[in-house]
Amino acid sequence: MQKKPVLRRLNLVLASGLLLTVQAPGAVERVEINRGAILSASCAGCHGTDGASPAAVPNIAGKSAEFIENTMLDFRSGKRPGTVMNRHASGYTDEEIRLIAEFFATRE
Amino acid sequence: MKQLSRRRFIRLLGAGGAASALGALAIPMRGYAATGKANPQGRVVIIGGGFGGATCAKYLKRFSPGTAVTLIERDQQYVTCPFSNLVLGGLHDMDYITHDYQQLQNKFDIKVMHDEATAIDPAARSITLKGGSKVDYDALIISPGIDFRWDAIEGYDPEAAESIPHAWKAGSQTQILRRQLEAMPDGGTVIIAPPGNPFRCPPGPYERASMFAHYLKNNKPRSKILILDAKDKFSKQGLFMQGWEKLYPGMIEWVKGSDLGGTIDRVDAAKKTIYTTFDRPFKADVINLIPPQKAGAIAHTAGLVNNDGWCPVDQRTFESTMQKDIYVIGDASIAGAMPKSGFAASSQGKVCAAAIAARFLGVDMPDPSYVNTCYSLIGPDYGISVAGIYRIDDGNIKSVEGAGGVSPMDADAAFRQAEARYATGWYQSITSDMFS
Repeated sequence: MQKKPVLRRLNLVLASGLLLTVQAPGAVERVEINRGAILSASCAGCHGTDGASPAAVPNIAGKSAEFIENTMLDFRSGKRPGTVMNRHASGYTDEEIRLIAEFFATRE
Repeated sequence: MKQLSRRRFIRLLGAGGAASALGALAIPMRGYAATGKANPQGRVVIIGGGFGGATCAKYLKRFSPGTAVTLIERDQQYVTCPFSNLVLGGLHDMDYITHDYQQLQNKFDIKVMHDEATAIDPAARSITLKGGSKVDYDALIISPGIDFRWDAIEGYDPEAAESIPHAWKAGSQTQILRRQLEAMPDGGTVIIAPPGNPFRCPPGPYERASMFAHYLKNNKPRSKILILDAKDKFSKQGLFMQGWEKLYPGMIEWVKGSDLGGTIDRVDAAKKTIYTTFDRPFKADVINLIPPQKAGAIAHTAGLVNNDGWCPVDQRTFESTMQKDIYVIGDASIAGAMPKSGFAASSQGKVCAAAIAARFLGVDMPDPSYVNTCYSLIGPDYGISVAGIYRIDDGNIKSVEGAGGVSPMDADAAFRQAEARYATGWYQSITSDMFS
């Protein structure tokens, strides 16, 4: 699990001693393509990009992984009542829920 | 700055041979594609800036900022079909459902061209635009939505749709239908005629009936709504009927296809009358005829459709099974168990973006996961939903068993109210996920 997905500006000292500055085009933060990112992209439809909700759906960006994981597990078991989330949580394994929780915990 | 691993260094530089000195010199830069040389991280063109295309463009840039992304969209502004029923019901105005492409351009470095693709040459990997200019691509994504089968209903064409609107593409059609509703007398009749499966937004006609009823109940309470369906059952049926009984008792009558005795086959726009297969006439003050559908025109031009008029794809990546390096997402595609909805298109756009970015970055594409979440409003404080979680199984997108499904029957008012509130939250989130 990568901690800092973004490499906006990166100074590379190559073996030859040549100094290269690599500037990614634009200011878009790169999101690594991994299972956690793919699973979490599904959540963004309702919770907003990176879980940053603009309105009534709860914001999950930057919430602790523990909180997200426990909440999802409780939705799945029915311990936590909800409207649509119980139906969603039932679609994911323990491991997938952990990956989703880790993804949103690293977002802002 | 953390130490850069060799693996990430390779990813940063792009696919294949990137660790070589040559690769190091071929670092992608803004505007590289414009020089006409191949961009190491790919030139991707997306045709169609709706739920599929706009989302795909943005997520492609997130996964691979070095990929040059061009979005070709005919219109300067995008009017969403989701929530257009709420405009018809008087809950929102057109501005609420109208969006633009400024942030995709400015924030995400996506080149937005307001133009129309008229031809695609898959062998040359080149698109011809309406003005005659050409755009080359390494990968092309088309997200054209639907077109209507105008030949399916005698007498129905774009001109007839000015007086008997479909309003199944939002915009001026939405406004025509709204004006007709406003102009009709109290005690009048409104007909909604939904098509058979498959079609865009399966719960849409029934949410529309609900929003008509909301408006009429408050403004023209003696009026009736007649749904002349081509089908014998419909999406969220039990929930809709329970909601209608509760909020609009006696106002909405649904006639199923087998009772109707055939489909709507003919229209006389001047007489405001539609006819079934056996020439049974139905006349009304307002008729909303939703015709049978097929993939958007460019999919046909480019040779991407099967005999049914839809686009078969590799459901893992959305690459067409008929043309290499062309991907089809959204309503136009055949996406296994997923419905033709804006949310599904958006989800497909993300999966497709990841698959293409992985291809250009030379990394593995993880197993995809897809989702659909659709809310329908029966009244301003009465919402219902359907959810689906999907995975690839044996090459097909299938629903995860034991997950998803519709809102419970007989839920209390607080539950329906919460879902109505989340419906609005859903709209604001998904449109921001697309455009900002």
